[in-house]
Amino acid sequence: MKSGNYFTKLALFLLVASAFITGCDKKNSQSGNAQNDKIIGEEVAILTFAPDVPPPITRNHATKMIVNLEVIEKEMEMMDGVKYNFWTFGGQVPGKFIRVREGDLVEFHLKNDPSSKLPHNIDLHAVTGPGGGAVSTFTAPGHETQFSFTALNPGLFIYHCATAPVGMHIANGMYGLILVEPKAGLPKVDKEFYVCQGDFYTKGSYGESGLQPFDMQKALDENPDYVVFNGKVGAMSGENSLKAKVGETVRLFVGNGGPGLTSSFHVIGEIFDNVYPEGGSTLNHNVQTTLIPPGGSAITEFKLNVPGDFIMVDHAIFRAFNKGALGILKVDGAENKSIFSGQQDDRIYQPEGGAVQSMPETNAAPAKPLSKSEKLELGKALYSSTCIACHQADGKGIEKAFPPLVKSDYFASDPQKIIRAITHGLSGPITVNGKLYDGVMPKQSLSDNQVASVVTYVLNNFGNKGGEVDAEDIAKSRK
Amino acid sequence: MSFLYSFPGLCQGKSDITAMAKIKGGYYTPLYSPNAEQTEVKSFEIDVFPVTNSDFLAFVKQNPEWRKSKVKSIFADSNYLKQWESDFSFNLKIANSPVVNVSWFAAKKYCECQGKRLPETAEWELAAKASETKADASKDPEFNQWVLNWVTKPNPPVLSAVGSTFRNFYGVYDMHGLVWEWTYDFNSALTTGESRGNSSPDNTLFCGGGSFSANDVTNYASFMRFALRSSVKARYGVANLGFRCVK
Repeated sequence: MKSGNYFTKLALFLLVASAFITGCDKKNSQSGNAQNDKIIGEEVAILTFAPDVPPPITRNHATKMIVNLEVIEKEMEMMDGVKYNFWTFGGQVPGKFIRVREGDLVEFHLKNDPSSKLPHNIDLHAVTGPGGGAVSTFTAPGHETQFSFTALNPGLFIYHCATAPVGMHIANGMYGLILVEPKAGLPKVDKEFYVCQGDFYTKGSYGESGLQPFDMQKALDENPDYVVFNGKVGAMSGENSLKAKVGETVRLFVGNGGPGLTSSFHVIGEIFDNVYPEGGSTLNHNVQTTLIPPGGSAITEFKLNVPGDFIMVDHAIFRAFNKGALGILKVDGAENKSIFSGQQDDRIYQPEGGAVQSMPETNAAPAKPLSKSEKLELGKALYSSTCIACHQADGKGIEKAFPPLVKSDYFASDPQKIIRAITHGLSGPITVNGKLYDGVMPKQSLSDNQVASVVTYVLNNFGNKGGEVDAEDIAKSRK
Repeated sequence: MSFLYSFPGLCQGKSDITAMAKIKGGYYTPLYSPNAEQTEVKSFEIDVFPVTNSDFLAFVKQNPEWRKSKVKSIFADSNYLKQWESDFSFNLKIANSPVVNVSWFAAKKYCECQGKRLPETAEWELAAKASETKADASKDPEFNQWVLNWVTKPNPPVLSAVGSTFRNFYGVYDMHGLVWEWTYDFNSALTTGESRGNSSPDNTLFCGGGSFSANDVTNYASFMRFALRSSVKARYGVANLGFRCVK
C-alpha cells in the first residue's frame, strides 16, 4: 500500500504550507493585512478642488473606489495680468484630492481631454506597482485608460504626470494629493484643508504681464520665478483666505509638487501640535516648521486658541514675499489676552524685500512720463503685488500693526507724506484716523514712475479725495 | 505622372498630386540613439502642406469603404473623422484645415493612392529641423522656444488652415505649429508610459527629460513628439494628429 507514502507527503506538504502562511502573515503585518481585505461593494470617489477635502471615510470595510480623473490643458492666471499654459488634473492646479481607505481596491480611470495637445499619464505614490501606474495610464488626447491597484499603505501621497519630459509636465502643474486613510481613520478635527506648493518657471520675471512661456533653462537651474500655494499667487488670500474659528482644530494636508524646491512649511503664529512628517505614520509634536520635499507631503494639525490672520509660508523666506508662497488662514472668535496679549511686535512679519539693503543708484535713462490712467493701472497692479501684504486688499490695514489707507487723514492734507513713506520708509509712532500706530514700514525700491503710479492709485481709491503725482515729485522727495 | 496601384479594389481613381518640395539627404540623430549614432536619410520629396479635409474628401469619395459610417473598426476607432458632419460633408470653415482624427491605416492608404507613402520618422524629423531661414535650426534657441510654445498650448477650437504657420527653408509649410503628423514607423518610437524606467537591456531607450542617453535633453519639443507617437495606436483618431506624404 502506498498510504504510508501518501500520509508522509501530506504531512510534509502541510508543514511547508503552514510555513508559507506564517511567512505571509509576517509580511502582511507590515502593511496591515491590506492585501487580504475583502472588497465589499463599490462607490465613485468624491474628488475636490483645493482647498477643499472630501469628507472623512466612515465605513469600516474595504471597498472598490472608482476614481475618474481628467487631464485638461488650459490657460489660466498665475497672478494679476500674468497668464500661463497650465496642464491640470481636473482643471485646476493642484489636481483634485482623492480620498480612499487602506485596503481599498481603486479602479482608476484617466481621461485625456480631446483638446489636449499632448499625451499624459499618472504616477500615484500610493500605488505599489510599475511606475506607480504610469505605464498603464499613458493616454493619448481624446482617450481614456484604466488600471486598478490596492492601497496597501496608509499615508498622504503625491500623484503627478510622468510623461516625457517629466520635469516639464510637473512644472506645468500636473500634481495633486491622494490620501489613504489608515483603517482606524484619522482623529476627528473641525476643519481640514488641502494645500499644495509648487514652483513655476517663466520666461519673464515675477509679475511680468502677458502669456508667459515655460523657461526650461530656469527649470534645469532650479531657479523659479513663482513659488505658490494652490497654483497661483493669492490662491489663499483676500477673499480666498481659509476660514476657521477660535477653539477649532485644523488639519492641513500639505503637498509639494515641486518640481525643484523643498518646502519649509510654517504657519506664522501657530505651532503644529501634531505633524505626520512626510505624510507617513510617525507622529511628531510641537513643530514650528516642517520639511516637505518635492514629490512629498506632510499632515499638520493645530488647535486655534486666539483670533487673527495666520499666514502659511515657505520659510525659505524670499519665496514667501517675493515669489508668492503665502496663504492666509483667517480665524474669528474671542480674544484670549493671556495666551496672546496683542502686542504688535509679536504679530509683525517684516517683509525683507530688496529695500532693506540700499542698492547703488544706477544711471538709468529717464523713463517716459505716464498718463493718469496709465498710473492708475500700474498703481493697481503694484498695490496688489506689494502693498497688499500689510495694508490689505481693502486698504484697511491691520489693527495696531499696519495703518489704513482708507480715508486716511495721515496724507489727506499732504501727499508728500505718503511719497516719503514709500521712498524713505517710516518708523516711530504716528496717528492715523485717531488711532496710534508704532511700527516700521520698510522703504520700497521702486522707480519714480512706479511710486508716482501707486501713490496716484491710493489717492484715487479707498475713499480718498483724488489727485495725481508725477515722477518729478517723487524725484524731488528723494533729495 | 506617378504610377497607380494595379490591384483592383485597392485604390480607386487618382487624386490631384499636391505640390512637393525636395529635401536634401542628410543625417538625423534619433533622440534615443545609443552613442549618438546617426541615421542616414536619403534625399526625398515631401508634401508642401499637410493633407486637408478637402483633399481627404476627394479620397473618400473615390474610395467609399473609407467613409466614416463604413470604415472597418480594425482600421479606425470611433473618433474617425469626428469633425465631419457626415460621410461626405463637413463645415466649410475646416475645408483647408489639416484633416485630423484619421487613423494611420487611413493616412497610409491615402498616400498609397497618390503613388506616395507616409514619411519615415527620420525623414520627417530631418525636414522638421528647418526654420524659415536655416536647413538645420536644431541648435537655435529662438526656434526651439517657438516650437516649444506651440507644443505647450491646448488645441484651438477650430484648426487653422494649412499654410498659416510658417514656411521653412525648404519651402515646406506647417512642420510645426499646426498638427502632429503620422509617420510610417511611429511605433518604433522609444518611450513608454513609464518614462523613467531603467529596465535594461533597453535602458538606453527609456527615460524622460534629463536622461543621459537622450542626445539632446534640452530639445523638449522632440521629446514631446516621441511621447505623442508612443501614446497612439495605428487605428487611433486624435484631434490634433494629421499627416502628409512623401516619395
